[in-house]
Amino acid sequence: MERPLTQHIRPGGEALSLAEYEKTGGYVPLRRALGGMAPEAILESIRTANLMGRGGAGFPTATKWALMTSGKDARHPAYLVANADEMEPGTFKDRFLIEGNPHQLIEGLIIAAYTVRADIGWIFVRWAYKKAAARLEKAMREAYDAGYLGRNILKSGFSLELLIHTGSGRYMCGEETGLLNSLEGKRAVPRARPPFPQISGLFGMPTVINNVETLCCVPHIIRNGPEWFLRLSRTRDGGTKLYGISGRVKRPGVYELPMGTTLREILSDQAGGMREGFTFRGLLPGGASTDFLVDEQLDVRLDFSDGMKSGSRLGTGSIIVLDDRTCPVGFVLNLETFFARESCGWCTPCRDGLPWVEKTLRAIEEGLGEPDDLAVLNHHASGLSPGRTFCALAPGAMEPLQSALKHFGPDFERHIKEGRCPWK
Amino acid sequence: MARIFVDGRPHDVRADVSLLDAILSAGIDLPYFCWHPAMGSVGACRLCAVKKFKDENDVRGKIVMACMERVEEGLRVSVEDGEARACRAAVIEWLMTNHPHDCPVCDEGGECHLQDMTVMTGHVHRRFRFKKRTFRNQDLGPFVTHEMNRCIVCYRCVRFYREYAGGTDLAAFAGHNRVYFGRHREGPLESEFSGNLVEVCPTGVFTDKTLKRHYARKWDLTSAPSVCIHCGLGCNTIVGGRYGRLRRVLNRYHPDVNGYFLCDRGRFGYEFVNSEKRILSTRCVPKRSVGTSDHKGGPIGEAAWALAQANRVVGIGSPRASVEANYVLKKLVGPENFFLGISDSEAGLASLALEILAAAPEGPASLKTVGESRAALVLGEDVTNAAPMLALALRQTARQKPLDDAGRLGIPRWLDGAARTAAQDATGPLFVVSPYATKLDGVATRAHRAAPADIGRLGFAVARAIDSAAPAPEGLREEDRLLAAEIAGALRDVERPAIVAGVTCGEDSVLRAAANIVAALRAAGRFPGLCLTFPECNTLGLALVGGRRLEELLRELPANPVDAAIILENDLFRRAGPAEVDKCLRSIRELIALDHLENATSARADILLPSATFAESAGTLVNNEGRAQRFFRVMPPQGEARESWRWLRDIGVALARPGFERLEVLDDLIREMAAQVPALEGVRDAAPLSSFRMDGQKVPRAPHRESGRTAMNAARDVSEPQPPGDPDSALSMTMEGRPGIPNPALVPFYWSPGWNSGQALNMYQSEVAGPLRGGAPGRRLIVSKEGPPPYYPAPPPSGHENGKWTVVPVHHIYGSEELSSLSPGIAELSPKPYLLMNREEAIELGIEEGSLVELEAEGVKLELNARLAVELARGTAGIPVGLPGLFWPPAKRGIIRRVPK
Repeated sequence: MERPLTQHIRPGGEALSLAEYEKTGGYVPLRRALGGMAPEAILESIRTANLMGRGGAGFPTATKWALMTSGKDARHPAYLVANADEMEPGTFKDRFLIEGNPHQLIEGLIIAAYTVRADIGWIFVRWAYKKAAARLEKAMREAYDAGYLGRNILKSGFSLELLIHTGSGRYMCGEETGLLNSLEGKRAVPRARPPFPQISGLFGMPTVINNVETLCCVPHIIRNGPEWFLRLSRTRDGGTKLYGISGRVKRPGVYELPMGTTLREILSDQAGGMREGFTFRGLLPGGASTDFLVDEQLDVRLDFSDGMKSGSRLGTGSIIVLDDRTCPVGFVLNLETFFARESCGWCTPCRDGLPWVEKTLRAIEEGLGEPDDLAVLNHHASGLSPGRTFCALAPGAMEPLQSALKHFGPDFERHIKEGRCPWK
Repeated sequence: MARIFVDGRPHDVRADVSLLDAILSAGIDLPYFCWHPAMGSVGACRLCAVKKFKDENDVRGKIVMACMERVEEGLRVSVEDGEARACRAAVIEWLMTNHPHDCPVCDEGGECHLQDMTVMTGHVHRRFRFKKRTFRNQDLGPFVTHEMNRCIVCYRCVRFYREYAGGTDLAAFAGHNRVYFGRHREGPLESEFSGNLVEVCPTGVFTDKTLKRHYARKWDLTSAPSVCIHCGLGCNTIVGGRYGRLRRVLNRYHPDVNGYFLCDRGRFGYEFVNSEKRILSTRCVPKRSVGTSDHKGGPIGEAAWALAQANRVVGIGSPRASVEANYVLKKLVGPENFFLGISDSEAGLASLALEILAAAPEGPASLKTVGESRAALVLGEDVTNAAPMLALALRQTARQKPLDDAGRLGIPRWLDGAARTAAQDATGPLFVVSPYATKLDGVATRAHRAAPADIGRLGFAVARAIDSAAPAPEGLREEDRLLAAEIAGALRDVERPAIVAGVTCGEDSVLRAAANIVAALRAAGRFPGLCLTFPECNTLGLALVGGRRLEELLRELPANPVDAAIILENDLFRRAGPAEVDKCLRSIRELIALDHLENATSARADILLPSATFAESAGTLVNNEGRAQRFFRVMPPQGEARESWRWLRDIGVALARPGFERLEVLDDLIREMAAQVPALEGVRDAAPLSSFRMDGQKVPRAPHRESGRTAMNAARDVSEPQPPGDPDSALSMTMEGRPGIPNPALVPFYWSPGWNSGQALNMYQSEVAGPLRGGAPGRRLIVSKEGPPPYYPAPPPSGHENGKWTVVPVHHIYGSEELSSLSPGIAELSPKPYLLMNREEAIELGIEEGSLVELEAEGVKLELNARLAVELARGTAGIPVGLPGLFWPPAKRGIIRRVPK
């Protein structure tokens, strides 16, 4: 089984230096891209490879890039932004990629920038990722010194300046337009779309924002071709996927597996099943803002296009497992406390709805629940839906809640009826 | 235009607005908070949910926010849809989780948009059972009260304050449900437009601090349509009073003048009306006629007697009195004895300005025209301080080009967040040329400092660079020539550039330069808008009435003594040097003064007649674009005060002068004036005359109450007194009259069923943010002449005199205007006297910040503390305008010395 993105990473060890990266074939794809591939040809490869954005939404990367205008009407400077503000609870795949192999991201970013004719690249790194940021800084300096960044890269005529920005620790900065506002020094509130960032993005200029994992795929597609990339996958979405798994499993961690691997395989084969004394109750398949799936749904293939018609989403591909010794109400309360705190305060339903959800869940968990509380929770689960809120934060926050109400409803009712948390 | 279907009914609406605009313009009630007609859409509050259908077969539809939707031909939406209604009610329920139930003690209560929207959405039952979040409030200075607990986080305040008005000291802090709108620390709001927060805020977070001191509910106020008297722009206002005290000033929408906003001088300057310095009784000490009169005729008889005895009587008019009052005075003393009550230099500038405006091919430009221009040049003026709302318009001018650019990316202007993202900090061509730094510099393409005469010469050079037939100034420096070429290019680049100049910088060549630029642009096939500023509310009206120069009087006096003089609403010590005025007043035997408040001139009057303020009288003012606008009485005159024109009329009657007895009500006066003075003929049409009726009834000054008449006098007497009358207008003094939307010139408050807040204004407009139903109030008196305007010859090179400083007037929004300065809040923010000096030059003279310096010219000497500025043209020094006891003769150069310690 091929693991192109992670095969050279030394888990827990030092990052690959430039020399080590080059020894693994690093920057060869860049030389190939800049040494004669037209941006259109690269775009076509990415399209054929069916590379879906790895940030959570699974938007086709080639379609995103193609929205950048080229030719004499194109406005400059154009930007390419790597979204490394990985703050989805339970998600740590991008940190793994950056800390282990920062040059892979930088190379992918340069090729992407060349393809979309960007002049300036930004990597927006989560505030808490100090080690990742430090390693990226070092790698960036190495790349500049080696002529992979800066003016006239590898004498190709293409120039790219790269900047690294560490955020201030807000979940909202992971939303791509909130990220752009934050980069501009403004409040990290989302922007209305349309206009899309490709038309008016960072500083009002054409901008593409890609997830770290997405960009890391790019050099490998250039090196091995799109057909190879498609073959890595078990579904029509190309490539491998970094799946994370946490909770009371035997081997929590990040696993690079073919796109479309089933949840049961990941849970049983990779993570080794539940720890002794713990029974599986359900899981969030793709980070905190996805729906719970229970045992009979675990044979679903984890990809963006097909497999997730079971009522949840792949999201970031980071699984959080709920066991029988953890209170599902407390579990959801913990998530909603996070989401209520991380609401940017821009739109009413999210800003004032999530604290209500949080307070209601807390009351239930503390044994102060009232019979009408479930109606209030259901009201929010259906009311904080896409289109009614400004961005996807609150609808995402409602996914674990509404699915928990569906799958673990009796647990909620018991809390209210008994006036206590049965797990305490 | 596009045809859309709202709940199945077709509506023809504008295609270049948001769906919310279109629905409101169609007269349909759709709740909203964060959208503002002047500021567009950001989609934050999520209240204006409607259901949108793909086509007529789509029955499911999807929920969208009307403010974020484009209008498209054939668009089908439902406002009444159950799901959409539930969505809107849910948003109110969320907002109400934290909103305090303090409506009974909230100043917004009864005219609160949040109350209206809550009722409109039908949210009546509280389910939220947890604690509300609370905040600490800040002291934001004398004008605006802060109560953050009421905040529903619509972001309108910061969007107006920062993005629309360019303020920097109010911001959104923190996040999630603790977003806080305030300053980084307590202190007075720095923006000149902070008072608009009171109206922009949809609930009671920002309320009027002056109103708080003498609070009354909207329904208890008697309000009248009025015109701001605190600068020359003539912003339209709604002024409310109760129990004989003025309570507050609100914006009255005028599409061409002030739009939705007012400046803080205009909003909070009204408190002088309630001042302890008000003259409320007549003072009759005709000392030089004592013994010859028995005072039986009261002050009128006394004044008439004094005038009858006099060989020569002169009248001195006023730029802050109505056209009508000035006219009656002129009629009483005769044209040869009527003098303009402004300094000679200002009178010269005003008549020059009038001449230039009349020759301008497009006529005078309105604030709307300026705000929509794609390029502008400000010549010599500090508009932020001298005509603040013009500065607000120019801030929008600077945004036009970036918004056009955003439009080319497919981003409509009403989609405010996206348009601002695309525009970033970009500004369109705006050039500011002034003697000292102005707040507009921050949005200017280029801000240039020069002495007034050099500003004029630069302006001539700009005209010359546009049209080679325009006269060129001699001896221009190369850098000025390059700047002139740059400005000329930017102005010529657009179809409708705006040129702003005015009389407040005190330099006639600047006005001529502005005229030449306009003429040159016209010759180049453009349609330039010329906007001139005037410091007082009726400078142009006074100039149209016409009169002799004040200096002629001062010159004549010793040889041609005056037995009696009538001074109308004017403190002459603000018009000329103290010695001159003193000499003049001494040589007048009987001095009759009419004014509102005690001042240095009224103190010298032998007969003092209390004149009604703008709030207690009706009349006409002519603003800087020559627009005659009528203001109306808010409350009956206090004490013995009466309208100035009525005092003067009565004196005329007592003297048995012909024609005076006919002038019973304001209409009589307006009709006569319109017939006698061709230039003032349009005054008649400035507003409906007092005979105007709606369905046979007057227009009520107070909103109706379900309980019937108020019982405001019941504590004294339970029998209902006869309401006071108002013979001068078609407005009743109470709620009696025809409810509904009156003629726009007669709007005393905004109210529409379901809309108790000022947002009811939507229903008074034929389309949102567009024209008023019934047309724009006021009548423009200046008709532009046919044919190309003439060029003025270039001024000679200005000779700098070594060691002498050109003294330029420095305007202050708080302090430079006479009446507003007598309001406590404005007074608190007014500066102390100072002398503004160029820092380098001051250091050369060994003068530091705060040093005591002496400014001297022949006959005048001032001692002031120095204030140093990097941005001040060399060779100039500045003196704040209008501060009490601080007068410097216009255009007089002076010597500056350091006063030894």
